[in-house]
Amino acid sequence: MTSRRQFLVAAVGIGLASGAQATPESMREAMRKVTGGAPVRQGRVKLDLPTLVDNGNAVALGVTVESPMTPADHVKAIHVFNEKNPLPGVLSAYLGARSGRAMVQTRVRLADSQTVTAIAQLSDGSFWSDSVQVTVTLAACAGDS
Amino acid sequence: MTTARTIVRVPPSAKRGEVIEIRTLVGHTMETGFRRAQSGELIARDIVRSFVCTYNGAEIFRAELHPAIAANPLIIFTAVASESGTFEFRWSGDNGFAASASAAITVT
Repeated sequence: MTSRRQFLVAAVGIGLASGAQATPESMREAMRKVTGGAPVRQGRVKLDLPTLVDNGNAVALGVTVESPMTPADHVKAIHVFNEKNPLPGVLSAYLGARSGRAMVQTRVRLADSQTVTAIAQLSDGSFWSDSVQVTVTLAACAGDS
Repeated sequence: MTTARTIVRVPPSAKRGEVIEIRTLVGHTMETGFRRAQSGELIARDIVRSFVCTYNGAEIFRAELHPAIAANPLIIFTAVASESGTFEFRWSGDNGFAASASAAITVT
């Protein structure tokens, strides 16, 4: 019979074995790769994400950026990052003046309650961001569903 | 090369200069590469890596996808309807995955 202690040790072992996980540090690292160390300011970006998520397997995510989207002043790219999925990157979208609006929507997986961040790169070289703290009740990647 | 079901929604007609919404979806499991089979082995990653949209041959939107994108990747974006013509959509990914779709638009 398995004792409670043995069970706990085994459970921790399984947890560690499945271990690859992004961390707030690796998210910042991934962001630095995109920004090249340039300052990222809060604002102009709106990250649409429900704050309470039932099912982390498919979560509607939308990013809009305030921008006139003219050839002289437009959003070049929108990047989305997360803290606790196995990898920090989620999506990188590249747009331009022909997009008309700085908007992208998709569906993402969230492995845990965490902070999701969107960064927009503008044609003048500045970076803007928005973050949302989400609570996930049923995580993606939890079981072999 | 794998074929996959694709769904794209582009308005059939638009006024010149109008901003239109384009919705695209491709059938794909987006296997993350982090899940384990019952035998305990990792299931190899198999995802759609990139999506490109061209409008009369010129690229107007591109996206790089990561395993954090849900199965059957849905991507919604916008474009300025500048001239009549064709939107072409191309997805590519692991294991030589490639899928494409196109949609015509009449601009008045």
